[in-house]
Amino acid sequence: MSTDFYDDGPVVHQPQFIDGTSVEIPELKILDEGGNTYPNADLPEIDQTLAIKIYKTLAFHRVLDERMVASQRQGRLSFYMTALGEEATSVGGAAALYPQDMIMMQYREQGALMFRDFSLEDFMNQMFSNANDLGKGRQMPIHYGCKALNCMTVSSTLATQIPQATGYAYGQKLQGLDAVTLCYFGEGAASEGDFHAGLNMAAVQEAPVIFFCRNNGYAISTPADEQYKGNGIASRGVGYGIKTIRIDGNDILAVLKATQIARAYAVKESKPVLIEAMSYRLGAHSTSDDPSGYRTKEEEAKWQRHDPISRMKNWMLKQAWWDESQDSALFEQYRAEVLAAVKVAEKIDKPHIDTMITDVYDQPSPQLQAQLDEVKAHVKKYPEAYPFTAGKF
Amino acid sequence: MAKINLLHAINSALDIAMADNDRTVCFGEDVGHFGGVFRATSGLQEKYGKARCFNSPLVEQGIIGFANGLAAQGSVTIAEIQFADYIFPAFDQIVNEAAKFRYRSGNEFNVGKLTIRSPYGGGIAGGLYHSQSPEAYFAHTPGLKVVIPRNPYQAKGLLLASIRDDNPVVFFEPKRLYRASVGEVPEEDYQLPLGKAEVVQQGTDITLLAWGAQMEIIEQAANMASNEGVSCEVIDLRTILPWDIDTVSQSVTKTGRLLISQEAPLTAGFASEIAATIQDKCFLSLESPIARVCGLDTPYPLALEKEYVSDHLKVYEAIIKTVNF
Repeated sequence: MSTDFYDDGPVVHQPQFIDGTSVEIPELKILDEGGNTYPNADLPEIDQTLAIKIYKTLAFHRVLDERMVASQRQGRLSFYMTALGEEATSVGGAAALYPQDMIMMQYREQGALMFRDFSLEDFMNQMFSNANDLGKGRQMPIHYGCKALNCMTVSSTLATQIPQATGYAYGQKLQGLDAVTLCYFGEGAASEGDFHAGLNMAAVQEAPVIFFCRNNGYAISTPADEQYKGNGIASRGVGYGIKTIRIDGNDILAVLKATQIARAYAVKESKPVLIEAMSYRLGAHSTSDDPSGYRTKEEEAKWQRHDPISRMKNWMLKQAWWDESQDSALFEQYRAEVLAAVKVAEKIDKPHIDTMITDVYDQPSPQLQAQLDEVKAHVKKYPEAYPFTAGKF
Repeated sequence: MAKINLLHAINSALDIAMADNDRTVCFGEDVGHFGGVFRATSGLQEKYGKARCFNSPLVEQGIIGFANGLAAQGSVTIAEIQFADYIFPAFDQIVNEAAKFRYRSGNEFNVGKLTIRSPYGGGIAGGLYHSQSPEAYFAHTPGLKVVIPRNPYQAKGLLLASIRDDNPVVFFEPKRLYRASVGEVPEEDYQLPLGKAEVVQQGTDITLLAWGAQMEIIEQAANMASNEGVSCEVIDLRTILPWDIDTVSQSVTKTGRLLISQEAPLTAGFASEIAATIQDKCFLSLESPIARVCGLDTPYPLALEKEYVSDHLKVYEAIIKTVNF
C-alpha cells in the first residue's frame, strides 16, 4: 500500500523520451561453433556424466524427430512437430532443474521429457493415440504430459500455460517447497495476452517461476520482425520488473548456466526470472507446413552452421568425453530402437469406447452415461462403420 | 439460528473454507484488504494473511490462468471475477483450460480444486455491463459445473459444496440479492448437493422452473396464480450444469405443463436447453407448449430495465396463457 515509487528517477525540466534502445541487453555465449569455450566464460556446473546424459538426449531427440517425420510422410502418423535446431533450449533447461520442479511446455519442448526419461514407448503411445497413451488418445500427436515426471500436459492453446505457471509456482512457494516451475513458450506466444498477464502476476505475487522464451524466429510463417517491436522478448521482462537474461539458445552451456542461476535465484528470492534464448526453427512449423513459401534456403543454411548438437559434440570430443565411434553407434542404436517402437505402437488398439466419457468430470454424469449407452448401441448396429471399437465392448 | 444476508452467507462459507484447510487461497480484484467491492471477502486477509487472500492485478485472464495453475498444484483455489460481465477475457482459460484440464491429460492433471465466484444478474440499475447473466455460455462447456444459489442458506451450502467438489465450478452469485435477501443460516459448516434441483413448492397444474434471483419472481407469480385457483409446482434448478433432468421431468410428468424463466436473453439461453430436453422426455404428458419467460434478445438496458426484465407480471401472464392453452 504505497505510492512511493512515484518518486523514483531524476526530475528533468526538458522533455526526455526513452525507448528500447536505452536498455542494452547482452547475450550470453559460452561455447563457440567449434566447441571451444570462450576465454573467461563462466561455465555451468557440469561433469562428464551430466554432459553425456545431455548429449545422448540431444541425439535421441534428433533421431526421434527425423524418424517421426518420415513416418508421417509414409502415412503412418497423422501429424508431427520437430524441434530441429533448437533442441538445446528444452534439453538444457530441463538439465538445470531438479526432478521436483514442474515443467510446463508449449509443444516444441519434448527434449525436456526426454531428459526426464519419458520412455520411447510413452512417446509412441501418445503419437499413435493408442490404448496405452497416458493421455488416453485424446490429443493430437506431441501433446505429451506426465504427472510422475512433473511435466504438465501440453495443450494446443498458445500461452495459456504462462499464467498457469505463475499460479503453479505460487502454490509451490505457499507450501514452502524447494521447487520452481519452468514455463516454455515461443516469441509468437509472447504476443498473447496471457503472456503479459502471467509475467505481471508473477512479478507482483513474487512467484518462483522461470519463463523460458524460445525465440526461434518464426511463428508458423510470421517472422519475428512482424511479431514484435522493441528489444526482443527480454525487454518485456525488464518492463515487468523481472530479472531477465538473453542467451544463445543454441549454446547448450549457456542454456544450462542461465537456467541453473535462474533456478537458484527463483528459489532463494522467491521471484520470477525471464530467459530469452535466441535460436532458429530449422524445421517446418509442423508436418502440415512448408517453409519454402516464406523463407530462403540461404537463411536456413546459415543457421545449419549454428547447430547446437554438433557444437556440443565438438566440445565433448575436445574434452575427450566422447569419440566418433561412440557417436555413430549411438545414432544407429537410436534409429533401430525408434523404428522398432513405431512398429509396436501402431499395432496397439485404440482406447476403449468407455473412455469417451471418463475424465470430463471426476465421475461421469448420468447424462454422459446415457449418451455413451446410445453410441454403443449404435456401434453395435453398424459395426463395419466403426472398426476401432466394434466388437470390443 | 441467526438471520443474515446473502453476502454474509458467502463470507461465512469462505471463512469456513479458509479455516478448514490452510491450502485454501482466495484472490481477485480488490479482494484483499478492502474485502471486495461487495465485501464478500471482508476480514479474510486479516484473518488468514496476505499470502492466502490477496488483490490480483486487474487482469481477468490472468486471474483464471493463475487459478488454474494454483489448483493444478493442489491448492483449494477460489478466484473472484468482480462482475460476471467481465468474465469474458478469462473465457479461454475457463473453457479451453479449466474445463478440459482433466480430460486432455487423461487424468494426469486436473483443476478440480478450482471455484470461480462472480456476482451476476440485473436489477441494480447496472446497465449493459453490470447486469449480465452469462450462465448459458458456460453450460455449453463439458467439464464445468455451473451453480447459482437463490438465498443465503442455499448460497452458503452450495458454495461450500462447490469449493470441495473435485471439478471446476463457476459459481454465480445474484448480486441483487446480496443485501436484499435475508434468511436463517446455520453458523456451522454444511453442504448442499450439486446437480440436484429442489422442489420448493408442490403443485399440480404447472411446473415453474428458475434459478438464482429469478426464483423470487416465479414464487411471486405462483402466489398470484394461486389466487386464481392455479396450483403451481415451483422448482429451483440450483445447478445449471450438469442439471437435474429427473426432478424436472418427474414434475412435468405430473403437472403436464412447464414454464421456465431466466434473466438472460431468450435465444439459446439455458431455458431453451431445458425445453428441448423436457419435450423429449415428457412429450406424451405435455398439455401445452413449454413457456419461456426471459430477457429480450438485446443487450441489458438501463433506462428501460423494468420493461426488459422477466418480472412477476410477465411470468403470471405466461402461467395463465399456458394453463388456458
